[in-house]
Amino acid sequence: MSALQKVMGWVDDRFPLTATYKAHLSEYYAPKNFNFWYFFGSLALLLLVLQIVTGIFLTMNYKPDAELAFASVEYIMRDVEWGWLIRYMHSTGASLFFVVVYLHMFRGLMYGSYRKPRELIWIFGVLIYLALMAEAFLGYLLPWGQMSFWGAQVIVNLFAAVPFIGEDLSIWIRGDFVISDATLNRFFAFHVIALPLVLLGLVVVHLVALHEVGSNNPDGIEIKKHKDPVTHIPLDGIPFHPYYTVKDIVGVIVFLMVFSAIMFFGPEMGGYFLEAANFIPADPLKTPEHIAPLWYFTPFYAILRAVPPMFGSQFPGVVAMGLSIVFLFFLPWLDRSKVKSIRYRGPIYKTMLALFIVSFIGLGYLGLLPSTPVATIFAQVFSVIYFLFFLLMPWYTSIEKTKPEPERVTG
Amino acid sequence: MKRLKNFLLLLAAAPIVAFASTTVHLDRAPVNVADQDSLQRGARVFVNYCLSCHSAASMRYSRLQDLGLTEEQIKDNLLFAAEKPGETMKVGMSKADAKAWFGATPPDLSVIARSRGADWLYTYLRSFYRDDSRATGWNNTVFDKVGMPHVMWDLQGEMAPVYKKVDGHEVVDRLELVKPGSVTLAEYDAMVGDLVNYLVWMGEPDQLKRKQLGIIVLAFLAFFFVVAYYLKKEFWKDIH
Amino acid sequence: MSQEADGQKVDTRKRKFLIAATSAVGGVAAAGVAIPLVMSMMPSARARAAGAPVEVDISKIESGAILTVEWQGKPVWIVNRSPEMLELLGKHDDKLGDPQSEQPQQPAYCKNPTRSIKKEYLVAVGICTHLGCSPTFRKDIGAADLGGADWPGGFFCPCHGSKFDLAARVYKNVPAPINLKIPPHQYLSDAKLLIGVDAKGA
Repeated sequence: MSALQKVMGWVDDRFPLTATYKAHLSEYYAPKNFNFWYFFGSLALLLLVLQIVTGIFLTMNYKPDAELAFASVEYIMRDVEWGWLIRYMHSTGASLFFVVVYLHMFRGLMYGSYRKPRELIWIFGVLIYLALMAEAFLGYLLPWGQMSFWGAQVIVNLFAAVPFIGEDLSIWIRGDFVISDATLNRFFAFHVIALPLVLLGLVVVHLVALHEVGSNNPDGIEIKKHKDPVTHIPLDGIPFHPYYTVKDIVGVIVFLMVFSAIMFFGPEMGGYFLEAANFIPADPLKTPEHIAPLWYFTPFYAILRAVPPMFGSQFPGVVAMGLSIVFLFFLPWLDRSKVKSIRYRGPIYKTMLALFIVSFIGLGYLGLLPSTPVATIFAQVFSVIYFLFFLLMPWYTSIEKTKPEPERVTG
Repeated sequence: MKRLKNFLLLLAAAPIVAFASTTVHLDRAPVNVADQDSLQRGARVFVNYCLSCHSAASMRYSRLQDLGLTEEQIKDNLLFAAEKPGETMKVGMSKADAKAWFGATPPDLSVIARSRGADWLYTYLRSFYRDDSRATGWNNTVFDKVGMPHVMWDLQGEMAPVYKKVDGHEVVDRLELVKPGSVTLAEYDAMVGDLVNYLVWMGEPDQLKRKQLGIIVLAFLAFFFVVAYYLKKEFWKDIH
Repeated sequence: MSQEADGQKVDTRKRKFLIAATSAVGGVAAAGVAIPLVMSMMPSARARAAGAPVEVDISKIESGAILTVEWQGKPVWIVNRSPEMLELLGKHDDKLGDPQSEQPQQPAYCKNPTRSIKKEYLVAVGICTHLGCSPTFRKDIGAADLGGADWPGGFFCPCHGSKFDLAARVYKNVPAPINLKIPPHQYLSDAKLLIGVDAKGA
């Protein structure tokens, strides 16, 4: 017995190290037909780690103080050795996190990854998405630029639209009557410790649930139905390690190339990742000429603006925005189709999904623009399509004829 | 059909509506942050003309060494308001005084090129004209009723507006030199070009290093890709 | 690896090589990310600017008095030792831990009995070599609480009772193990002292 085996034996008697390694890597059997869309889960995990690590190092020099915050970011950009790189990694990582998460969610929609028995994986996933939005929103206040300030001002004021308690609620969130030093300080606390803990916890349960039921695949069929009679290993399953680890390394490298190309050659990404107005220190007396949320929030912002005020209240718009995310939670039960994957669905679902994606991107685009009557009409049309995708789903998925699913995974 | 047309129009107009803060035509600034001579000239203009009222509180004088200047040169030629090259570019004027004199505190210029953009700055600094209705005696076609006077008027000279009629309104069409300054307009433009180049550099002094490092990183990742791809291919022989 | 599709033999050597190559390149990548993170914890440009050499006008320090200035965020003492103080300096070597300044706690040009360039002026970093407190200046010769008649004037650390003489040399049997540090310094003129850099050629 080698020294390493001895050490491992000693540890395994006290902690399930080898067992955990086997259960989640070397003997976790994943379908062998994962395609391009299956890279984004591991990429999201990579980004979570990157954001946490770069965030820790930014915290060492950032000052959560309304008088000092803006200058401390520039201090990081200039005076701290390699500070500019760490800051750009964090800002680029934030936007790309949403790119990756959106593609990951789209994968779930296409292949029915939310369907039984994976409802909880999906619900945990939507919760991760919500926590991530909160994390991004809180973090965006920290540079204390004009967009930070006025973005936070607008979003916090949404809470003021809640009937009866709204005004008090928004004051409680800010800790002041305007966005101020108190707001900055508490957003900092939530951003650097509270939300990251929540995110980590949710990611763990997301993965535990995934490894309990096993991964879905582009065919949307269960590989556990056909097992080797002797070993009980799914016939279409391959151990995650080494096969998907070596494959994901390739995916990670390609992703890092995209990441680096943006970070090193255009970290502002034409004003979408870092906005020009955010290089002006927050000024509570002067709103920038045009404000829009960061690109990853704009679909919801467009839904908010698409709903006209009713009874003199903005509240219906806020409710619509909230519902647009709440509906995601119910997806596993709204879908009544006999098949999971888009590969075996009929043209109605494909059309609905395509319309949904077009609406989502359209809303995202409109959310970047100043509100005009024409834009509002389009936002309303897109919003209706967005909601109809969910509301009509029980109907159009149950009436549609589907193609027969194969017994074993293809390609 | 009409809707569709409207929508296409909207798509076409959107970037302009969304991202241009003003509809004024902007001249293209001759920015090249690799041109050290231009940056050095720009730094001199900046220290002589801008720093009296504006600060660049994130910028250390010693950082000018990146432009090929020695510490001695910085000390002897550029260090007016500070004692040591390690200090940042602060301004002597108090914020209250500045507000009383100009109606607004002159903004810090550390990242002005990142918020305004080079073209805006280049056009703005060349668009002052005489306007006796203003307290400072100056107005600007890019920034109407600006609080800042034309600091470099002795160089550029005095410009006067030429008006044209648009929809019944008199608007400034272009500016015309009425009283020449100590340099020609072409020389003045070149000088402002240097200054804006410097401001762009100062907005992110590490930007050249960033791009250089980017090339190395991408080359490295390309190499890494090849190695990892062969690894993946070797293992996946088992599956296919 | 248990699966060998199409009866193909697995080329173990090739796999081992590719794993090693990928690990090596991956290691370089990891180091490439780690280096900037680690380096960001070094003193920033601001800290380095604050640590720049300090110029001090010493003409105003009266004989027997001390002036404390800040250099790199640390207190630096400049003591103008009176003739009486200087006379007492050489008379208690037997009570000191390192009377000849054998430990490299001073630039070579200060390895002498007064630990200084000019014998009147002591320039020392006022941080106790025990645990980093700043000792107090006790020039009161013969102070009762510091050994009575034997106390020739010096520094006393209030934290753990370490004692140093007026050449910043440590006493025996105190917690501090070695003499106080003499920073690099030079005289620009009779009145101007520059702390932080050695004289050129020194």
